[in-house]
Amino acid sequence: MTTDVEKPPQRNGNHIKHKLIPSKLVSPPSGPQGPYRLPKNQHFRDHRRFGFSNIMLVLVILFLFAPLFVVITYSFNAAKGMRWTGLSLEWYKKLFFDSNELWRAFGNSIMIAFSSALVATMLGSLAAIGIKWYRFKARAYIQIASFLPMVLPEVIIGISMLIFFSAIKVQLGMFTIFAAHTTFNIPFVFLLVSARLDEFDFSIIEAARDLGATERQALFKVVIPSIMPGIVTSMLMSVTMSLEDFVITFFVSGPGSTTLPLYVYSMIRYGVSPVINSLSLVLILGIMILALTLRRFLKTIAASS
Amino acid sequence: MNVKQTTVRERRLGITYSSPMGIWLTVFFMVPLLIIIAYSFLTKGLYGGVEFPITFDAYLQMANPNFMRVLLRTVWVTTLATALTIALALPCGYAMARSKHQTLWLGMVIVPFWTNSLIRIYAWIAILSSEGFLNEMLKTLGFIKESLPLIYNQGAVTAVLIYMYIPFAILPLFTTIDKFDFGLLEAARDLGATKPQAIFKVLMPNIRSGIITSVIFTFIPIFGAYTVPLLVGGKDSYMIGNIIVDQVTKTRNWPLASAFSLIITLISTLGVLWMMTSTARERARIKQQPLKDREDTLGPSHNGLTSAGRVS
Repeated sequence: MTTDVEKPPQRNGNHIKHKLIPSKLVSPPSGPQGPYRLPKNQHFRDHRRFGFSNIMLVLVILFLFAPLFVVITYSFNAAKGMRWTGLSLEWYKKLFFDSNELWRAFGNSIMIAFSSALVATMLGSLAAIGIKWYRFKARAYIQIASFLPMVLPEVIIGISMLIFFSAIKVQLGMFTIFAAHTTFNIPFVFLLVSARLDEFDFSIIEAARDLGATERQALFKVVIPSIMPGIVTSMLMSVTMSLEDFVITFFVSGPGSTTLPLYVYSMIRYGVSPVINSLSLVLILGIMILALTLRRFLKTIAASS
Repeated sequence: MNVKQTTVRERRLGITYSSPMGIWLTVFFMVPLLIIIAYSFLTKGLYGGVEFPITFDAYLQMANPNFMRVLLRTVWVTTLATALTIALALPCGYAMARSKHQTLWLGMVIVPFWTNSLIRIYAWIAILSSEGFLNEMLKTLGFIKESLPLIYNQGAVTAVLIYMYIPFAILPLFTTIDKFDFGLLEAARDLGATKPQAIFKVLMPNIRSGIITSVIFTFIPIFGAYTVPLLVGGKDSYMIGNIIVDQVTKTRNWPLASAFSLIITLISTLGVLWMMTSTARERARIKQQPLKDREDTLGPSHNGLTSAGRVS
């Protein structure tokens, strides 16, 4: 026989129920499970609108959004402080036309975000495929190494990298930020793509191999296209996390490599300007668009963050 | 092609695919950790940096009562904030899992979660500071004349920590509760259990791994919190993260900073091991169930986190 590779557990048709498609669209599974039945828990959804847990959920969501609303509202305030004096778009004018340094910092952030997301996505996805389907000696080590950066406090990662870079005498700057961001992005890519591979049927690759595809063809023409949504999701997640990171960047940045969070930090520390308020709205809108784009994958993302 | 050849080939492929990431993480994550371990046993250099000889000085310095006070405070604040976070997150995860509009709720949790953390902290400063939103509001409404000291104290730090980390707790809880078969709750009620009994005796034991995951994912980052105590805390709400950073940037005592970091790393690793073993035990328990039940409990794709964290 051709392989002794451990297959991922085979599933019969009813795994369909976990995908994010409305129950109406689920076609009857033709597996050994037999007759079609409603997706699990479908009967029990939304039965009591005003129960304790629903009220708590609404309160917590309000708690999560309230500070953002305050900041957004006051971004339209004419005066500088938190005393309302009238509507004005002054802070937006200032943000868009009179904040060169902020936009330079934003440019740095974008550059680092996309480069680190690209590298992290390539390394993480490929490794997820390798770990999922093949058995080899360093496997456990790689799994632990890819899990720890996610759970260690950011301060520890930042400081260990700072000490590492100064021990090997690397000048702090854009490169060190890029390296640090790639490092903390890799575990998320790895997890998201692994979750995607869990749903992937290994027999498709066997079929491709039986039909004469080489290992490389199977990878590039079968595996990668079918896990593409997971790859794209993890890349967008990486971009977001890289744009968002402050603590780790704070330690590994050098002169001339200010990123947007570092700039916001200096604004908070040394004289608050209402430009932060207007910037907040822009950033929150960006995040909302991203969340809408990724709405089909939010569940997978929730499972791996 | 015989079996042995195949094995060798497969092994080589696995290594080819995984080694780029393995090498990257070794260089930029494992080696820095090893350097920290080494530095914690060295002596502080005259102008920062480290020197020989090998000593336990850094660990002896940690016994300083000032540091001990901060450490105790950190443990207390972290425990309190984690407990409150989980208490708030549990009903949320449950409500989201039972809702018809799961994606909508997930989006509502994820949008603030992805918003720049500094912006969120800044929002709290804008609300709580002496000329902030709340004080101005209360003054305008005539409830108070002088500003209340709402910020730069322990309470503000705890509240903002809960705010920052509650999504970390909600998401794993939602993922676990979503796989729970709510029919079991109905069954318990039919058999005469009260509602709290059904929740605590049927639901809770079944989502144990989710609860542990969310405890770990809130406790560890709060334990290492740096920005929140720095920006919304006063001098008396410093946490261990602030001590470490001061040792690196101000005092330039790298061995001491390394020793502290090592302790936190060890605590985090222990927490993660606890999480992994409890998930593994749960999986083992499920495996003992008859095959048909297993399908329902385990579901096709487990929590991505646990399946990747598994060391098999």
